[in-house]
Amino acid sequence: MLSVLALTSMVLLGIASQTTAIVVYTSWERHALVGTDVRLSCSFFSWQWTSPDVTFSWHYRPDGAKDSIAIFHYAGGAPYVDNKGPFRDRLEFVGNPSRRDGSILIKNVDFADNGTFTCDAKNPPDIAGRPSHVRLLVFEKVPVQAGVITGAIIGVVLGLLILIVAIYYLMRFLVARRVFSLSMSKHGKKGKGKEGSQQKCTSVLAVADPVKLKAAASEKKKQESRREKK
Amino acid sequence: MLLLLMGIVVLHVAGLVLLFVSTIVSAWAVNPNSSSDLWTNCTTLNGVSKCDPADTGVWIQAVQALMILSIIFCFLSLLLFFCQLFTLQKGGRFFLTGAFQIFASLFVMCGAIIYTVMNPEWVPAKESYGFSYILAWVAFPLAFISGLIYVILRKRE
Repeated sequence: MLSVLALTSMVLLGIASQTTAIVVYTSWERHALVGTDVRLSCSFFSWQWTSPDVTFSWHYRPDGAKDSIAIFHYAGGAPYVDNKGPFRDRLEFVGNPSRRDGSILIKNVDFADNGTFTCDAKNPPDIAGRPSHVRLLVFEKVPVQAGVITGAIIGVVLGLLILIVAIYYLMRFLVARRVFSLSMSKHGKKGKGKEGSQQKCTSVLAVADPVKLKAAASEKKKQESRREKK
Repeated sequence: MLLLLMGIVVLHVAGLVLLFVSTIVSAWAVNPNSSSDLWTNCTTLNGVSKCDPADTGVWIQAVQALMILSIIFCFLSLLLFFCQLFTLQKGGRFFLTGAFQIFASLFVMCGAIIYTVMNPEWVPAKESYGFSYILAWVAFPLAFISGLIYVILRKRE
C-alpha cells in the first residue's frame, strides 16, 4: 500500500516537473521621468528549487529597431554588466538571485532609452520558458495613469454617500438613547413603580422615533378598519 | 393605480438602459472609418479594425467617472423605490428615490457637458457626434423627470 502511494506520488512529481515550464514575470510597462532612475524588476516561478546555476539575462530593443542587444547577464553567481553599449556606467544589478529576483537599475534615463527590455531567466534543470518583456516610456512629465482619477472620483462620491447614511443613522440612534436615558433618570429619582417607568420609557421611545409611531398608528387604524368591515 | 406604477417603473428602467448603452457602446464621436468613445478609439482601415485605449487625460476620466456614478445612482434609486414602496407609510413621498434619481440626472448632465466642452482636445474636429452621445443627453431629462415624479408622488394604498 505504502509502496503504491510512493510510486504514484513519484510519477506525479515526474509528470509535473516535465509538463510545467519556468515562468518569468516582469512589469508590463514602466513610466519614468527624464533624469530619474528606474528599476526594472524580473522574477520567475519554477517548480524546481533555486539552483546555484540560475541565470538572468536582459536584452534591450530600442523603439523602431528590429534587433535587440544584450545588456546584462548573471551566471555562475556573478553579474556581468554591459560596458560598451548605450547603458555603460548606468546599469546596476540590484537583484537577489537566491530569492529569484533579477532586477536591474538604470540610472539617469533619457529619451533615447525608450524601448522594450526583455528578461530571460533559467533555473537548471528548468530551462524551457518564455522571456518576458517590459516597455520603458520616458516622459518629460508623467501623465496620469488610466483609471486613477476615475476611481478616485467614484470612490469619493460613494464614500460620502455611505458617510452621510452612517451619520444619519448614528444621529437617530444617539437622539433616541439620549431621550431614553433622560427619562430613565427622571423616573428613577421620582421612585415610581417598575411597570410605570417601563410604560413611560416605551412611550418616550415611540415619541423619539416618529416614523415608527406613525407606522404603528396607521397599522392600528388598518386593524380597526378591518375589524369594522368584518 | 397599478398602471401608474408600471408606467413609472418603465420610465425609470428606460432611463437606466439608456445610461448603460450610452456608457458602454463605442459611439460618442463617429467618422466614416473610426469611432471613439469614453474608453477606446477604434479605427477601421481596409476592413481591419484596431482599437487603442483612449487618452489618459484628466477630463475624459472625469467623464467616465460621472457616467458610471450616474448608472450607480439610477440603479440605487430603483432599489430604493421598491424598498420604499413596501415600507413607506400612507401619504408619504418617495423623497429618497427622487433625490437619487435627480443626482443621477445631474451626473449625466455634468458628464455630457464636460465631454462637449473638452471634445476638441481628444477627438479630431471632423468627427461628428455619435448616438451614444445623443443617448446621454436624452437620458438626462428622462432621469430628471423621473426623479421629479418620485418627489411629487404620494403613496396610496
